[in-house]
Amino acid sequence: MQPFAYMRPETLAEAVSLLAERGPDTRVLAGGTDLLIRLRDGSVRPTVVVDVKRVPELAPGIRVGDGTLVIGATTTMTDIAAHPLVRQHLTALAEAAAVVGSVQIRNRATMAGNLCNASPAADTAPPLLVHGAVVVVAGPAGERRIALDDFFVRSGVTTLAPGELVVAVEVPTPASRIASAHQRRTRRRGHDLASVTLACGVDASGVTRIAYGSVGPRPILFEDDSGVLADATTQAEARDAVLEVVFAGASPSVRSMRAGPEYRLAMLRVLGRRALAAAQARLAEGA
Amino acid sequence: MTMAVATSIELVVNGVRRQLDVAPHHTLLDVLRDDLALTGTKECCLVGECGACTVLLDGRSVDSCLVLAVEADGASVLTVEGLASPDGRLSALQAAFLDQGGVQCGFCIPGQLMSAHALLADNPHPSRAEVEEGMAGNLCRCGCYLQIFAAIDQAVAGKAPEVRAAGPEIHAAGATAGARTTAEGLDQ
Repeated sequence: MQPFAYMRPETLAEAVSLLAERGPDTRVLAGGTDLLIRLRDGSVRPTVVVDVKRVPELAPGIRVGDGTLVIGATTTMTDIAAHPLVRQHLTALAEAAAVVGSVQIRNRATMAGNLCNASPAADTAPPLLVHGAVVVVAGPAGERRIALDDFFVRSGVTTLAPGELVVAVEVPTPASRIASAHQRRTRRRGHDLASVTLACGVDASGVTRIAYGSVGPRPILFEDDSGVLADATTQAEARDAVLEVVFAGASPSVRSMRAGPEYRLAMLRVLGRRALAAAQARLAEGA
Repeated sequence: MTMAVATSIELVVNGVRRQLDVAPHHTLLDVLRDDLALTGTKECCLVGECGACTVLLDGRSVDSCLVLAVEADGASVLTVEGLASPDGRLSALQAAFLDQGGVQCGFCIPGQLMSAHALLADNPHPSRAEVEEGMAGNLCRCGCYLQIFAAIDQAVAGKAPEVRAAGPEIHAAGATAGARTTAEGLDQ
């Protein structure tokens, strides 16, 4: 591994000014499960690695906000998957966090890191999109909030400005709850990235949200407010017609080693139907 | 270019408090093997896929190839050398691995043991599905998965395996780790 300097700021202001001053020379270290691989293979060569795990504002933990759950930036996948409020309100997120990598990876990997890497295959992205998550960001100009759908640009690129870092992710927990489910296809459980990753959320007002990843340069969110998908009695043909529109945004690469585009598109439809059925059933159970 | 300066860290490894100067770009795996001579923890894929380098960091299993040593500052680390009791008696899990023939070439076994140890610490009576999920981050290219699962089942069932004295390798590793103190700071 290339040598680098290691900085461990203990205040948010210190972290922000380090990132702002040193700019492209820096890399933020949270869980390190992606960064260490890239440091080792030389695909990133920062001169300063900024470990943000001891910045109090980014501390791990999940707290109840004003109609939201606020997930600290350094909260690990293990803790998200196990948290009772996440399982209750953000079921798809708990399910997604529980299948990322292996136990060892989930014990280190953070959800904010998963979002900031902006991998098209990020498993926590579809559930968070379905639940309307907002990324809370701190930077030289202060704090701002970015709707997650406006956060992703393409693989590895987000709308974070230079010097900005994610402090927390806020996820609404509305009174009319969103019942959700996550589905994923992978070559081998325990290691591989998703070939298709998808979440579906249904609420009592009849709105259905489906978000999916690993089938294009960034995760895609689609909202159906026609009520057709939310209605469990909709005929398969009518349902599938809407799902065709939902999945129109998928553009899987022909060059991926993980799965061919035909397979991905076929699985997208299978997982979409499964997640929809699971979300509908959960809404019915919880009502 | 900013020069990387050695950083002083303090951590508890297998119950022994250690103070070390480490380079920021050295991983916990590097430091365990090269600085502390705890070579039970294996270096293999270096991308967090095989689990051969699994250790417990503050009670949680991690791939030590994906943790910088400086990140472990202040933490408690348990490696495979810390599983046997100070007098060399194998843990129930280690003995079960031997009883069930879970060990063939042996290279992945330290990592397998640490994952199994962490699994049973969190969940003393896992279902088969939970065992499979708990062990999914550890590859065995000899294909001993079924024997390893049987060993975990044996440890769970508490079938008293024959008590074995640890082999000479384990004594040697224990000796290089220095005199053991109490298990202070050790999350088990």
